[in-house]
Amino acid sequence: MGSAEQPIIGPGHTFGSVTDKISSLVLKRRTPLGWFIGVSIASTLFLGLLFSLAALLLKGVGLFGITIPIGWGFDIINFVWWIGIGHAGTLISAILLLLRQEWRTSINRFAEAMTLFAVACAGIYPIFHMGRPWVGAYWLMPYPNTMGLWPNFRSPLIWDVFAVSTYATVSALFWFVGLIPDLATLRDRARSRAWQIVYGILAMGWRGSAKHWHNYETAYLLLAGLATPLVVSVHTVVSFDFAVGIVPGWHATIFPPYFVAGAVYGGFAMVLTLAIPLRKAYGLEDFITLRHLENMAKVMMATGLIVAYGYMMEAFMAWYSGNPYETYMIWNRMTGPYRHMYWALIFCNVFTPNLLWFKNLRTSVPFLFVASLVVSVGMWLERFVIIVTSLHRDFLPSSWGMYSGTYVDWSTFIGTIGLFLTLLFLFVRFLPVISIFEMRTILPGAAVGGEKP
Amino acid sequence: MKPRPPIYGLLAEFHTPAEVVAAARGVREAGYRRVDGYSPFPIEELSEALHFHRSHVPKIVLGGGILGALAGWGLEYWSSVIAYPLNIGGRPFNAWPAFIVPAFETTILFAAGSAVLGMLALNGLPQPYHPVFNAPSFALATRDRFFICVEATDPRFDRAETRTLLKRLGASEVSEVEH
Repeated sequence: MGSAEQPIIGPGHTFGSVTDKISSLVLKRRTPLGWFIGVSIASTLFLGLLFSLAALLLKGVGLFGITIPIGWGFDIINFVWWIGIGHAGTLISAILLLLRQEWRTSINRFAEAMTLFAVACAGIYPIFHMGRPWVGAYWLMPYPNTMGLWPNFRSPLIWDVFAVSTYATVSALFWFVGLIPDLATLRDRARSRAWQIVYGILAMGWRGSAKHWHNYETAYLLLAGLATPLVVSVHTVVSFDFAVGIVPGWHATIFPPYFVAGAVYGGFAMVLTLAIPLRKAYGLEDFITLRHLENMAKVMMATGLIVAYGYMMEAFMAWYSGNPYETYMIWNRMTGPYRHMYWALIFCNVFTPNLLWFKNLRTSVPFLFVASLVVSVGMWLERFVIIVTSLHRDFLPSSWGMYSGTYVDWSTFIGTIGLFLTLLFLFVRFLPVISIFEMRTILPGAAVGGEKP
Repeated sequence: MKPRPPIYGLLAEFHTPAEVVAAARGVREAGYRRVDGYSPFPIEELSEALHFHRSHVPKIVLGGGILGALAGWGLEYWSSVIAYPLNIGGRPFNAWPAFIVPAFETTILFAAGSAVLGMLALNGLPQPYHPVFNAPSFALATRDRFFICVEATDPRFDRAETRTLLKRLGASEVSEVEH
């Protein structure tokens, strides 16, 4: 095994050096100029989001490109895209923890933060897609309203509300619980009184007692065990939004596994997109090593192959089912007006991940960065193709139409990227990007020895 | 009620996980029971040496999960069958297969919430004040030092004797912890 020889942490580190290195990113180091430039750009884009949403609330959803029959446009494409990105964070923090993959330790914290921020971006879309969200509240949330109305629990859209809100809550809890011991570290190492108080309040009096660690570890493992089926259920439920409908191209039993794999695939691409500049900018190459990048590339390749299998099965079932609508749908996808999108998607999601079979490409940092961006584009195209090509030619040729995003669609999408990056910049500045206490546990000195092999 | 001892306890400082675990065993063998260890990362052997065997977190999580399942299912049944029966395409009001999904989500939600709240409650957090923070080098407990605190409420506690024992067990420093 080539990668087994590479360490998951650079040589010569001690408990103290790991603590100092990671906490100094937050505490001592002067804010780099690049941070200000980055956060300015990101928050400007975020202002674009606020502008778009304000315009939308004033004018209505007519500002979006959605029409009948294409009632789901950028909103649902971007919703699914962002939610999918979030899934890699939970996979890294929960599933890899249960599988005892120690290399996850240095990437789980910011991957979890990425999950939270991606879910926040995702949540914006369905809410504003309702046009007047305050009116739509009673369709979605079960609360005793004066009209005596209750949501329809037989609808996948309500399942989605429950799945996504649970996912957001549990991800936030998991992230915060993981932060508590590190917040205590920051409290004890902060120089200024104000930060001691801020981190002190957040750390809630954590003192690293053996009894506390005992309960803490149990709770953390249980949270991981709960988050694992949850993350699988979330994208499964998202896929039900499509699969329960009878629209050709949506009504397929392969959707849940294919969507979950796609989510992990796109999410790992985003983790790579973020990890590569982060380790460079903050000099974290000792902690986020080439082995991490290669492992992530492997996960991306494996899930990419599952996604490719999904595309294959869609085409196969369209032919094998003998259903003329399905056959027409796939033929229209490949040769119809949106064929460029489809073939670009095949390039991004079938061709690109297969390049990762080559070890020298898999261990080339610039290549991985470019590949991760290509994959993110590919996953966006996938949702576009699924939603738009299925809807734009439905059962009645008289209602066929075409779809393209308007400037509000684009400014909302770019605006959520701005929101995502703004939150990430703030996170990197004010909280430890790597879990300090978990990094201590993987140091050679952490083993008590004698007791366990 | 017994009078409050003049100090909270004695805090012994160690430099490696192996030392602190060995010392924790030594303190237990000497008959002390009101002892806690402090470390910058979880050390399973330390919890074992101090006989913190059972955590009640799993029971709380199980309870939370069951409550979540019942609450989710109850909400769905009550609102779809009793409060607001709505005929949608002739599907049964009690459409139990469709109800599985939200009930599953509420199960996870309640279980996860009780894992976090249960863990905090069992640990007595948030706790704005604790005497061990008065010890001069205790801030290093979240960096690279390991500590054992023998509390003064322990019946065997004796300022001089306990200090000698902790020194003998390899503590680099033993300090008194004010209340």
